[in-house]
Amino acid sequence: MTQTIDTNTVKHVATLVRLGITDEEAQKFSGQFSSIIEYFNMLNEVDTENIVPASDIANAENILREDVVKPSMSREEFLRNAPQAEGGYVKVPTILGEE
Amino acid sequence: MQLPNLTIREIHQLLLTKKISSVELTQATLQRAHEIDPKINSYVTITDDLALEQARQADECLAKGENITPLTGIPFAMKDCISTRGVRTTCSSKILKDYVPQYNATVTNKLADAGAVLIGKTNMDEFGMGSSCENSAFFNTCNPWDLTCVPGGSSGGAAAAMSAGLCNFSIGEDTGGSVRMPAGFCNVTGIKPTYGRVSRYGLIALVSSFDCIGPMTRDAYDCATVLETIAGHDQYDSTTFNLPVPRYTKNIGKSVKGMTIGIPKEYFVSGMEAGVESSIQEAIRTYEKLGMVVREVSLPNTKYALPVYYLLLFAEASSNLARFDGTRFGLSVADNAKDVLDIYLQTRREGFGDEVKRRIMLGAYALSAGYYDAYYLKAQKVRTLLRRDFELALSAVDILLAPTCPTTAFKLGEKTSDPLEMYLSDIYVVATNPAGVPALSLPAGFSNNMPVGMQLIGKHLDEQSLFQIGHAYQQETDWHKKLPSI
Repeated sequence: MTQTIDTNTVKHVATLVRLGITDEEAQKFSGQFSSIIEYFNMLNEVDTENIVPASDIANAENILREDVVKPSMSREEFLRNAPQAEGGYVKVPTILGEE
Repeated sequence: MQLPNLTIREIHQLLLTKKISSVELTQATLQRAHEIDPKINSYVTITDDLALEQARQADECLAKGENITPLTGIPFAMKDCISTRGVRTTCSSKILKDYVPQYNATVTNKLADAGAVLIGKTNMDEFGMGSSCENSAFFNTCNPWDLTCVPGGSSGGAAAAMSAGLCNFSIGEDTGGSVRMPAGFCNVTGIKPTYGRVSRYGLIALVSSFDCIGPMTRDAYDCATVLETIAGHDQYDSTTFNLPVPRYTKNIGKSVKGMTIGIPKEYFVSGMEAGVESSIQEAIRTYEKLGMVVREVSLPNTKYALPVYYLLLFAEASSNLARFDGTRFGLSVADNAKDVLDIYLQTRREGFGDEVKRRIMLGAYALSAGYYDAYYLKAQKVRTLLRRDFELALSAVDILLAPTCPTTAFKLGEKTSDPLEMYLSDIYVVATNPAGVPALSLPAGFSNNMPVGMQLIGKHLDEQSLFQIGHAYQQETDWHKKLPSI
């Protein structure tokens, strides 16, 4: 099964992962993705009828604890790495459109 | 005295008998790092002040005879994906170039509590995505055995620093061979422990269900010592086993006679460098001489390990790396941003390198509607089969033995143009991570003057056998004592 990933698909997935890309980049990735995905298609050979997908590695048990308040990083310390902060909050531009 | 080449326990004796102080040792190591590292570029950051402060504290403990551990006063290097409070932690990415964590990883705390001395943070493929260290956003690291060759990846800096004697142990992280492969390429000993044995708290995540922090050392004995310090349950990582940490050095020195080695036949196929194959065959003969029983075993789904590994990696990474959005920490590109989406798009475009972009886009593709069943779900099903392969093979033998890599270190630039070609160099190391089993890589000889790595793969939580069997080999051979002339 040959499957090509065209530039529109590349641009679509770039949007999904919030990545700005140019037309030239989309072109380059499109070729690379097609050969990588074609390689992955080898998995189609494997019979996985009645096989349960892996969902954990080792510890399949719930871990519960009391919900107690404990000291943690101060707000000031937390905001030290924020590119923009104001009044004890992280500051970002408009999230919801104005129109 | 060639201190950089000594084992941890040799230095420990020198410290205990006051033949040297930790400050003297640390000063010598820092000086050597500043002098030699410009040739190999293994460190992203050298932490002179912190190292000397930790060394002074270690000397105090040694003077008072209090809180002395096997690692007290021992200089080490750490891969730059493990958080260090007050020391920048970059993942070798532009997006974290100036990021200084406000907290320590659990592993960082455990090593500090044990009195170890942090010399610096080491270069890696950006976010662990690569097999050669060439995907670092900052610079390439060179292999100390041949400066025109790669050190392997993604923990290439940690392996190169260890190999060149710029620390006495290092801490790497293995998502699909990232400790073992560079250990093999650089002639050091390194372990990927059982998944869940070492806390991932404060490790910047690549693939949360694969990632394992593990040490690189001169030999198996030291490796056991360091793992004993960093392993254990952590309330901040619910995937850690709530089980006591065994004394990993306990079985070291015990006879391996009668123990069994399985040779996975699928690992000995075309494509392996002749010198690698002959080194591994020689190692098998060494074990036979020690009275071990060698038999062929089968891991029938081996050829599917690579696509399973990469598909799941892409998927988990695309989700894990969503946090780098330019709003709370790290790089933020907000030029004329009219809304928050612009910040995301610009920051991630500027901040991520091509390999990261490729992988998170392919991850989103594999997870997206219409493809989820064909790729992500299919890969998780085949992962179940891979795990069964290991369970079945390891039910009949004590350990599996295989090469770490099909070749020795390749040239810088040799595989950078074709991502798929680069992925194929991981063929022997990736299967263990989806399965969760531990694996130890040991120096096993040379091919065309470059180191050959051999890996021992063990049962879940049976690191003890790996160290015992690895140590037995290192008593019979001196490959692990060979050092590059640098």
